[in-house]
Amino acid sequence: MAVYKRTYRGYAGTFTPLWSRFLVMFRYSRRNLFQSKLLTAFFVICFFFPLLCLLGIYANDHLSAFLPGRQMGRLLKIDGPFFLTFLTVQTAFAFILTAFVGPGLVSPDLTNGALTLYLCRPISRLEYVTGKLSVLAIILSWITWIPGLLLFFVQASLSGWDWMIDNLWIASGIFLGSWIWILSISLLALALSAWVKWRIAAGGLLLGVLFIGASLAASINGVLHIQSGHLFNIAELIRIIWQDLFHDSGDRSLPAGEAWFGILLFASACFYMLMKKIKANEVVR
Amino acid sequence: MPQPVIELNALSVKLGKHEVLRDITSSFTGRTIGLLGPNGAGKSTLISTLLGFWPITSGSATVLGHDVARESKEIRALVGYMPENDSFISGMSAVSFICMLAELSGLPAEMALERAHEALFYVGLGEARYRKLGTYSLGMKQLAKLAQAIVHGPKLVILDEPTNGLDPPARQRMIRLIREMRDAGEMHIVLCSHLLRDVEETCEEVVILKKGRVVHYSNLENERKLNKKFVELELHGNADNFIAAVEALGCESAPGALNRLKLVLADNTEVSDIYRVAAEQNVQLRRMNFRRDTLEEIFLKAMESNNGRL
Repeated sequence: MAVYKRTYRGYAGTFTPLWSRFLVMFRYSRRNLFQSKLLTAFFVICFFFPLLCLLGIYANDHLSAFLPGRQMGRLLKIDGPFFLTFLTVQTAFAFILTAFVGPGLVSPDLTNGALTLYLCRPISRLEYVTGKLSVLAIILSWITWIPGLLLFFVQASLSGWDWMIDNLWIASGIFLGSWIWILSISLLALALSAWVKWRIAAGGLLLGVLFIGASLAASINGVLHIQSGHLFNIAELIRIIWQDLFHDSGDRSLPAGEAWFGILLFASACFYMLMKKIKANEVVR
Repeated sequence: MPQPVIELNALSVKLGKHEVLRDITSSFTGRTIGLLGPNGAGKSTLISTLLGFWPITSGSATVLGHDVARESKEIRALVGYMPENDSFISGMSAVSFICMLAELSGLPAEMALERAHEALFYVGLGEARYRKLGTYSLGMKQLAKLAQAIVHGPKLVILDEPTNGLDPPARQRMIRLIREMRDAGEMHIVLCSHLLRDVEETCEEVVILKKGRVVHYSNLENERKLNKKFVELELHGNADNFIAAVEALGCESAPGALNRLKLVLADNTEVSDIYRVAAEQNVQLRRMNFRRDTLEEIFLKAMESNNGRL
């Protein structure tokens, strides 16, 4: 019907499946986010290091033949620590990206009362959170585990089937390690976005939580002469989990089990804080 | 008997320790239902409960045949809601915002975009549809909220104080739109307002809440028909002959002071008959009033009831 007719008409067409509705939020948020040239430029920069790693893997396989002694693969050692370094660098970029993107996801909806309009539609609070979380999760995936696994498979294609079978734990480490980090930091960013409505403050607080957590952990450990204070240090907990996933036998301030427990507790607390705010708040007269 | 739009069965809702809705049993079937009540009567809580925002403490409620406690998603798919408070995202244009909400209601992307344009044209924001919502005036924001409530073609639209903060022309436009939607016959409308005139101009049925209970439920059309039969007159001339003549037509009369007279017209009597009799009896009609303040009287009577029960 032409718009100029200006008469009301009902809708009798088809509907999209309920499960797919959260992706609508992802599409619209992504469109808004990448209107910022600064963010788009930073997103592109995030791919420089994976590209460098790709060149390194290629060079390691093709150019090390020119080295004295013609030992293939001597230039670089493509192993667990290589991918752990890759993950550490990429998650640092991802953290900055989260500080840009995260605070703008929930706070505008809360500030302008838009939650009522979302939640009066066939969407639950959990689906709303999933939709917002998917914005960060998908964008961060593009710069963490997706290039990580690509590098792994490139290396596997160059080194052969046996290398891949022997090092499948690296692939699972990249995938699981990235997702633990993505979910923890995304939930924290969304929770802060819900509680601190000023975007810049929420972004700064995201950084603050990591530093405050580390300081608190150090204080508790120093005063009580224990190591359990590290449970408050999110960066340390994730580092321990990554060490466990990448079979790194370096120093660990806590057993891996406690680190897993700590991160689970942290994610649950963020989720609880977030859900406390995600309500179709209606004024009761 | 038409299917009830909203059916409440001993519905009680507690928010904290405060019981906001108390044991309401009622069934609303009209195409346009006005929800009236003073502040704190429980209007917004009733709406929020029907949308599944607040849990039911006891009893049950159905909307368009769906149970509120168990089928809230089905209900929300069929309902459009225009909240009272500001609800928008300032950085988005009206068309993208409404398109997104249409998609969240389940419309495919292309259809959502088409209907977002249509809805904005329909409410009169066609020329401003690409502007950011944050730049809209209060009246425009109200219209944008109406557009998002109807964009997915709901079977029931709940409008919470739709004329709040509007200047007279904007209010008229909003009332006209509500009437048009009512007359299109494709949806039921629940209008929650504290402005009796808004309800009177748009609704067929009225529900009055007080202290969490329904204290009055009536069909305004029937009330209007009834009240058309009540006429108040101020006469000049020989009132006795006039009264005798109108009583001969079957009307009941109640003379008052200062030549004032109240009449209850007989079923087959029209106002034109009163003029004719007055001319025949050589009586001047200085004033003639129908009881126009029907809803106000109903509302005030309902508010006077002590226990708040229907």
